[in-house]
Amino acid sequence: MHMPLSDTLGLNLLAANQHQAEHNREHFEAWNLLCLNVMSSPGAGKTSLLERTITALAPQLEMAVLEGDMTTQLDTQRLEAVGVPVVPITTGRACHLDAAMVSGGLRQLQARLNPADLDLLWVENVGNLVCPAEFEVGEHLKVALLSVTEGEDKPLKYPVMFREADCVLITKVDLLPYLSIDVSRIEAHIHAVNPEAVVFQLSASSGAGLDAWHQWLLAATREHSCRAEMAEVG
Amino acid sequence: MHEVDMTKCLLLSMEEWKRGQEPQTPVVTAVHLQVGAFTCVEPEALRFTFAAAVQGSWLDGSTLEIESVPLRARCLACSSAYNPDPERAYRSPCCDRPMEEIVSGRELRIRSVDYSLPHQISDPAAVPPR
Repeated sequence: MHMPLSDTLGLNLLAANQHQAEHNREHFEAWNLLCLNVMSSPGAGKTSLLERTITALAPQLEMAVLEGDMTTQLDTQRLEAVGVPVVPITTGRACHLDAAMVSGGLRQLQARLNPADLDLLWVENVGNLVCPAEFEVGEHLKVALLSVTEGEDKPLKYPVMFREADCVLITKVDLLPYLSIDVSRIEAHIHAVNPEAVVFQLSASSGAGLDAWHQWLLAATREHSCRAEMAEVG
Repeated sequence: MHEVDMTKCLLLSMEEWKRGQEPQTPVVTAVHLQVGAFTCVEPEALRFTFAAAVQGSWLDGSTLEIESVPLRARCLACSSAYNPDPERAYRSPCCDRPMEEIVSGRELRIRSVDYSLPHQISDPAAVPPR
């Protein structure tokens, strides 16, 4: 006899990824490091910015990078050239990193260094404004980049990414004199979908605005480390 | 196409659910999802990848039922709920506030599973005497 039954699950569709992401985050807490998930469309300037930022902060912070890319290791080579440990995660056909891929990257990182020595771990996601927004990897903060050449309306067209981001970096502002783009409108659109987002305007090429972003990063890293120590004491 | 990976996550959750039914082996007829409008999921793509992924598996023959949940937000100035519209930059029509509180639309949820248990005795009185 077949009697129709129904079970209420109420489970997150991405529960499997969520569990792995929480597992990754437990590692980050144990190592007392801050993990940032850096996301943007292809060509918004993630790697160029990381080159500048890592170089600038290297005297103060120990850092490493998990570098997501669909095929090549070009970005890995660029970042290794600035003197930081980089683990490439080649995603193949996948258009985003997921928590399991990052977990694999962490194992490779552990084979090379002791992650407890790090202050900050960068996860450079695959260039894509859609998919990475839904797949947590265990990060503490999400950073989204949007270059001025992409247009004013992108926060409205890809709202989930900008809603999820803790910090949004408007990049390539050195190009503004050549564009009919109103950067204040970009910022207004970001705040329309995410009023709490911290927004910086900067250029990795000219160096404009980098200081404010670096100060924010240093403060976020310090705050995280203090919280972790308080949790240990308490 | 991230719906492929979402389907993989869904199948892992279903496997876990199946293990919870042991020693019985449920025959699933439908999996019900709730998918919010403010997510990166395209329901059609999810149906397509699900149908492809379950072929030949224990879920073969089951259907994926997707309930779409509209995006709703609450204006924090006047507490009224509204449907954010990208044309108005998702701002509240009542007080022109940014989209502060999302009430619904972020759902990515496995709501329920319809199934039957082969050889299941539905009426205890029907148990044959030993």
